[in-house]
Amino acid sequence: MTSATADHGTGETAAWRDGKRYAWLLGLVVPAIPFLAWGLVSATGLGAFWWLGPVIVFVLIPLIDVAVGTDAENPPDELIEWLEQDRYYRWVTYLYLPIQYAGLVLACWLWTTYPMTLVDRVGLAVSVGVVAGIGINTAHELGHKKEKHERWLSRVALAQSCYGHFFIEHNRGHHVRVATPEDPASSRFGETFWGFLPRSVVGSLTSAWSLEKARLARQNKSPWTLRNDVLNAWAMSGVLFAGLTVAFGPAVLPYLAVQAVFGFSLLEVVNYLEHYGLLRQKTDSGRYERAAPRHSWNSNNVATNVFLYHLQRHSDHHANPTRRYQALRDFEQAPQLPAGYASMIVCAWIPPLWRKVMDRRVLAHYDGDVTLANIDPRNRGKVLARHGGVTEAPAASSAGSAGSAGSAVEGGAR
Amino acid sequence: MKIYRCEVCGFEYDESQGWPDEGIAPGTKWEDIPEDWCCPDCGAAKADFVMVEVSPA
Repeated sequence: MTSATADHGTGETAAWRDGKRYAWLLGLVVPAIPFLAWGLVSATGLGAFWWLGPVIVFVLIPLIDVAVGTDAENPPDELIEWLEQDRYYRWVTYLYLPIQYAGLVLACWLWTTYPMTLVDRVGLAVSVGVVAGIGINTAHELGHKKEKHERWLSRVALAQSCYGHFFIEHNRGHHVRVATPEDPASSRFGETFWGFLPRSVVGSLTSAWSLEKARLARQNKSPWTLRNDVLNAWAMSGVLFAGLTVAFGPAVLPYLAVQAVFGFSLLEVVNYLEHYGLLRQKTDSGRYERAAPRHSWNSNNVATNVFLYHLQRHSDHHANPTRRYQALRDFEQAPQLPAGYASMIVCAWIPPLWRKVMDRRVLAHYDGDVTLANIDPRNRGKVLARHGGVTEAPAASSAGSAGSAGSAVEGGAR
Repeated sequence: MKIYRCEVCGFEYDESQGWPDEGIAPGTKWEDIPEDWCCPDCGAAKADFVMVEVSPA
């Protein structure tokens, strides 16, 4: 069976080519941003180029998205395994890390020795923060893999943004509670990004800690050990920041802090738009229905997808979390954002704009019944008044779709 | 009887317990669970489970 699939696969490889195969290398432009900024400043004398990071991600990529458009192409099902085995793709993600850290060292050197104004230094810190934040996306790709060394690399990538606890919370917390009110990393209808940011940062941190504490307690161990993956991931940040301070002096610390905060805030704004307002309903048994394609926002914009390793094919990611980025598929029936994540990030920063663009899409997704959405409890009254929620929806209102998954199981298992 | 663990979130399927919530009777072998079944906790595909241990029968 396996070999038949493989034979079939090899036969078909000639017929199907991965159009994005070499485009994935463009993702490596991001960690190279400090080098590019330095080169452009040296060549032109313009300090504005220290801000290259935010300009590329929030201006250039959205413009390229508009110019290049979308692509809904999926690899044929029988080729997915073959595509996942192609090691070229994973090396593209591994390469992000050495460039990311070389750029961080370069930035420390620039902050302490290069003639720059304070604004220049902050600009460079924000640019380095962009590298750190998109580095969390690389860490996300690696942290979902079954291979031990890839999970380790994931923690290394997170050290720069002090977000090592992310790979614990994301897999064992977020993937379980996605699109429920219990998930700190799923944003709610009527919740602004600025309200979501502290809730998600604090909630993810406490969630990661309790997950590790519970795991260690099962082995009769105290959480205060380096076996605690939260602690050993933070230790990496500690060693990194201490090393850079010893090498370049304490003057780098404020900039390291700025880049880390900007980096993890960039991750959090992406979290904000991935599941905004979407809600899994409770089934009769009291459990939440299975996470399904309808519980994530997707986008097929090519440019953002290339820079974020298909993160925007988010529904397939939740259905197949260990699947490698190159093999993630577009689901036609999954909710679609009006633009790529890069443009939507800017939108999320401006709450009135976000509400204008997104609230009607959430409503349309639930056929106008706002009570089916994940509503921010702090704004519940306001949301129901504005969007005409008549009464509380019965919890079983969408149990039909959840039930179908259950019946498939019942039908097959004896 | 074997135990299979979801590689994503850590959910464990124990063949001896089954998953009565969805009508999977105790003793149901992993192979007999349909391929489109997915993790009750995080929704990850059946392929994302690995066998972790053999439970006392």
